[in-house]
Amino acid sequence: MANLRDIRRRIKSVKSTAQITRAMQLVAAAKMKKAQDQAVAGRDYANQLNQVLVNLKSNVEEESHPLLQARSGGKELMLVVSTDKGLCGALNTNLFKKVRSESGTETHYVTVGRKLRAILSKLGKEMLADFEVKDPVPFAEARPISKFLTKQFLEGGYDKISIAFNNFITVMNQEPTVIQLLPISSEQLGEKQEFEGVGNHVDETDKNAALGKDYSFEPSPMEVLDTLLPLYINFQVYQTLVEARASEHSARMVAMKAATDNAKKFIKELTLEYNKARQAAITSELLEITTAMKAME
Amino acid sequence: MPLHLEIVTPEKKIFSDIVTNVYLPGADGEMGILPAHSALVSALAPGELRYEKDGVVTAIAIGSGFAEVTQEKVNILTDMALGDEQIDEAKAEAAMQRAEEQLKTIDHSIDAEEVAHLQAIIAKSMAQLKLKRRPH
Repeated sequence: MANLRDIRRRIKSVKSTAQITRAMQLVAAAKMKKAQDQAVAGRDYANQLNQVLVNLKSNVEEESHPLLQARSGGKELMLVVSTDKGLCGALNTNLFKKVRSESGTETHYVTVGRKLRAILSKLGKEMLADFEVKDPVPFAEARPISKFLTKQFLEGGYDKISIAFNNFITVMNQEPTVIQLLPISSEQLGEKQEFEGVGNHVDETDKNAALGKDYSFEPSPMEVLDTLLPLYINFQVYQTLVEARASEHSARMVAMKAATDNAKKFIKELTLEYNKARQAAITSELLEITTAMKAME
Repeated sequence: MPLHLEIVTPEKKIFSDIVTNVYLPGADGEMGILPAHSALVSALAPGELRYEKDGVVTAIAIGSGFAEVTQEKVNILTDMALGDEQIDEAKAEAAMQRAEEQLKTIDHSIDAEEVAHLQAIIAKSMAQLKLKRRPH
C-alpha cells in the first residue's frame, strides 16, 4: 500500500502539469485562429494573382522565361518548414518521413524551424541556409527566403526547388506535403493547388472566360512576367509558411488537449487510490482501538 | 455600365465596390480607366490611385503591383494600400530614411535586387507622403 503522503505529492505534481498543458492548449488555440485567418486572408490575393497569370500564360511563350524552363538534371533543393518548438505531437516526425521518402540522392536542404534542422544536420545532410520566421508570419519575411531560393535556382546549379511543409487540412488533420516551387510548371500556373491557401479559386468557367479575352499588356508581356513571377514565388513561400504555422498550432492544441485529458484521468485514478489508502488507514486504526478495548475488558 | 473596383493585398481585401472611374499609377505613367475599357494587364508603380464614387474622389497610396482591367472590372494587386487616414507620416518618413541610408551602404553592382527593393520602399514612402501632404 502506497504511502498517503506519496500519493498526495503525486496528485499535486500531476495537477500542476495539467495546468501547464491546459494553458498551452489555450495559447495554441488562439494562435491557430490567427494563423488560420491569415491563410484565409491571403486567398483573395492568390486568386487575383493566379488569374492574371493564367491570362499572361496564353500571351507568352512558355519557354521564354528562365523561371519557367524545366531542366533535366536531378539536383534538388528542398525548403523544409518545420516548427521551432516541440510538444506538437507527431507533426515533425511525419514531415521528416515525407521529406526522406521524397528526397533523392542529390537533394540539399534549406530549413525554417529548429526541429528538423537539428535532425537533418545530425544525419549529415547538406544544409545551405536556415531562416527564422516570426509568429505570426509577416509577409516581408517570405521575401528573403524566396529570393534565396530563386537565386539558387538561377545561379546555384539546382534544377528543381521544392518545399516540404505540413499542409493544414483540418484542426485534427495535417498532411505533410511536398510541392514544387521552381521551375514553375505550366500546368501549375492557374491550376488548382492542392493546398488550401492558394487553392480553390480559378474555376473552370473563370479560366475560360479569361482565356477568351484579348489582353494588352503594359509595358509588355515579358516585363509584366518579369515582375509577376517573383511575386508569385514570394506568395507561394508565404502561403506555405502560413499553412505550416496553422498546422503547428493546431497540432499543438490537439496534443495539449490530449495531455490535459490524460492528466485529469490520472488525477482521478490517484484520488481513488488515495481515498482507498485513507480508508484502509482508518479501518486499521479502528481495528487497533477495538482490539485494545477488548484487551482492557 | 458599372465599373467594379477591387483592391487586394496579401494581408486582406482593402476595397471592393462600384465606382465611376479609376486613375491608376501605371509603370509608364498615369492611366484613367472608365467603364468598358478594353482588357488590359498593367504593372503599377508606387503612387496614388484615385477613384470616384458618387461624385467624391478618394485617393489611396498604393505600392507596386498589378492592375487587371476588363470591361466591367478593375482588379488591383498590390503589396500596400493605404487611405489618407491610415498613413502615418512619421513612420513613412522614417522608413524612407532607413532605406536611403541602406542604399548608400550597399554595393550597387553586386546586389541589384536589394537596390531595387530599397528603391521600391523609398517610392512607396514617397507615395504615402505625397498623398498626406497634398493640400486638401
